[in-house]
Amino acid sequence: MELTRRDALAALAASGVAVGTAAVLDDDLADAFDGDASDASGGPSDSAPEERMATLLAIADVVYPSRLSGVEEFVRTYALGRVEDRESYREGMVQALSTLDDYARTWHDAEFRELDPETRESVLDQMGADTADPDPEGGDSARVRYYLVNELLYALYSSPTGGKLVGIENPQGHPGGTGSYQRGPRR
Amino acid sequence: MTGSGTDRTPSERADVCVVGAGPAGALVAHRLARRGYDVVVLEAGERFDFEDRKERMERAIRPGRGPLSVWEMGGPRDAYSSEGEWFYPLNRARVKGVGGTTLHWQGMVMRLHESDFEAWPIEYGDLRPYYAEAEAALGVAGADDNPYAPPREEPFPMPAFSPSYSDSLFAEACERLGVTMHSVPNARNSEGYDDRSSCVGYGTCKPVCPSGAKYSADHHVEKAEEEGARVIDRAPVQRLEHDDAGERVTAAVYATPEGETHRQEAREFVLAAGGVEIPRLLLLSESPRYPDGLANSSGAVGRYFMDHLFAGVGGTVDRETRQNHVGFITSECHQFYDDPTRGTEGTDGGIPEWSGKGERDGEPRPDSIKLEFLNYAGPSPVEMALSGDQWGDDLLDTLREGYGNSIAMGGLVGQRPRKENRIALDRSTTDDHGNPVPELHWRVDDRTKASLRRANRIQRAILDELGADISWTVGPENTGPAFHHMGTTRMGTNPDESVVNPRLRTHDLRNLSIASSSVFRTGGALNPTLTIAALALKAAGHVEERL
Repeated sequence: MELTRRDALAALAASGVAVGTAAVLDDDLADAFDGDASDASGGPSDSAPEERMATLLAIADVVYPSRLSGVEEFVRTYALGRVEDRESYREGMVQALSTLDDYARTWHDAEFRELDPETRESVLDQMGADTADPDPEGGDSARVRYYLVNELLYALYSSPTGGKLVGIENPQGHPGGTGSYQRGPRR
Repeated sequence: MTGSGTDRTPSERADVCVVGAGPAGALVAHRLARRGYDVVVLEAGERFDFEDRKERMERAIRPGRGPLSVWEMGGPRDAYSSEGEWFYPLNRARVKGVGGTTLHWQGMVMRLHESDFEAWPIEYGDLRPYYAEAEAALGVAGADDNPYAPPREEPFPMPAFSPSYSDSLFAEACERLGVTMHSVPNARNSEGYDDRSSCVGYGTCKPVCPSGAKYSADHHVEKAEEEGARVIDRAPVQRLEHDDAGERVTAAVYATPEGETHRQEAREFVLAAGGVEIPRLLLLSESPRYPDGLANSSGAVGRYFMDHLFAGVGGTVDRETRQNHVGFITSECHQFYDDPTRGTEGTDGGIPEWSGKGERDGEPRPDSIKLEFLNYAGPSPVEMALSGDQWGDDLLDTLREGYGNSIAMGGLVGQRPRKENRIALDRSTTDDHGNPVPELHWRVDDRTKASLRRANRIQRAILDELGADISWTVGPENTGPAFHHMGTTRMGTNPDESVVNPRLRTHDLRNLSIASSSVFRTGGALNPTLTIAALALKAAGHVEERL
């Protein structure tokens, strides 16, 4: 099944972002997905916006099902829209990305995005992001779960395409109208 | 509007001071402001920005910030004690803010049945015109297809939502058992109504409707303001003051976020702060003249606290059931409301009559039961995805396995009024202004348990007929409250045992009225908000007669 830019825009609209703004459609990451948070820790974790996006895409590679296509455009559009005008949320995401890279460097001497797919999954597993209770104010694994893993899962499974993967065209969080609840399953 | 620049000083001249900006307060304020009276509404909570609703929806769906964060409940402002045999999760049960608890309600709006008024000093006929007015105000989508509902003359303001696919599965089983299904009156737009859009299916009605298609009382607060009413948010009322004779309330004393305390004087006062905060405010307003609290010469203030209890049974069937597309229900059954012990006969079997010799011999006769056919049985895929411990293909496999075949029934039963179920003051614990917090004493009695047991039996029979593999039951031992706070300032003609008269005015004070489910003498087993709205409109009319 293919994710589209339209899915991303629908997910953005449902999350309260005014879609169609320049920031969403503009691929200039430096404006929309930059972060001051990494400056605080300084040094090697101060990665550029494009690298942060690459890390997010590397996480999507792990947490999204393999049968999906169009993930890169979906994640780019969604993530950029999500952080637009939401300073504290953007900070939270940037910090969580930086935390994840810290773990990757400690264990594998490389940034998360540079690891092979299996090692990426093992880093997320070993830091406990799979079993952590998501918490924006919590510890490392709780924040990675909240701002990165669940951010991506929320975007996917509240979108029509993500819903259809499971068997629901109008998942919670998506304003898909009042027709589908009346319809029976497709034979 | 909610910032520090907001003017929270009292109005110099007010005809009416309303305490609380939920559905009752909003309707009272709107009706009286429209008639040209100067109305001031004091609301303890904040004024929420409609634009933030999608973010609030996200908080509701995504784990991480906790359910109370959706509408900013909790903390010292909302502290309470639950001292009864059963714990009462009070802050899950209410919202403080402009719009009140309708911000997070489900939006089911039935008229109480005629039988529900047996112990009341007013009859269904007395409330009937107010019910019609309330339906028009809230915007109710419904159909006149419920053979057990009380009589009505006017059609519903909007057509009912069509039954769900899941309802059609239930319909086959119910026909075989002789169980009647009918539509549900929803305070939710099935088409555009009163400048609000029709439902677009976000599926998160409770606790937040991002489109505004579900009625919430902030709508009437805005209308009241357009008519000239003044609404002061973040202004919790600390106590009411009365004159020397103890006959009239003279002022509502309220606090502001800036740390100031003000007195709002008015000719008439209307309390509309719900079934917990209203008795608490009256008890906090004790004085040398009224040492047991204001309007409490009967001793009934805070007493007879009632809620509805949830009964449910669910499981899976070997077919797709199409759940969780919307967050509201489209079919109910009131067949066991006026006669909960009755049996039924269908084309192939029926529900057995209650014999009193079920699982518990000699149990009390059950009271009214309302049955619901749920459209949101089982987990929603997005919520499962966010709280699981898998990802990638494994997660998708789990979601596909977990979603699709769930089916469930819900329902409500009521409690009879019992003096020991009550809201008192916990003088050992204070809120952010130093006032004793509400202390809830609440338990579920044997008759209520019998009603729950009866509801479960009917639900199980229907699901068995459907061929469901039943996996859960919520009944007598694990039930929870439906968050309907009733009975704590009961209505009556005798001042020795009731707080307000049939005109919703307190027996003790001539200019103090109460618009709330706190005046209910009994609660039936139906969601109370339409009755709250009807009583608020009635109260507004009586206040106007005195102005």
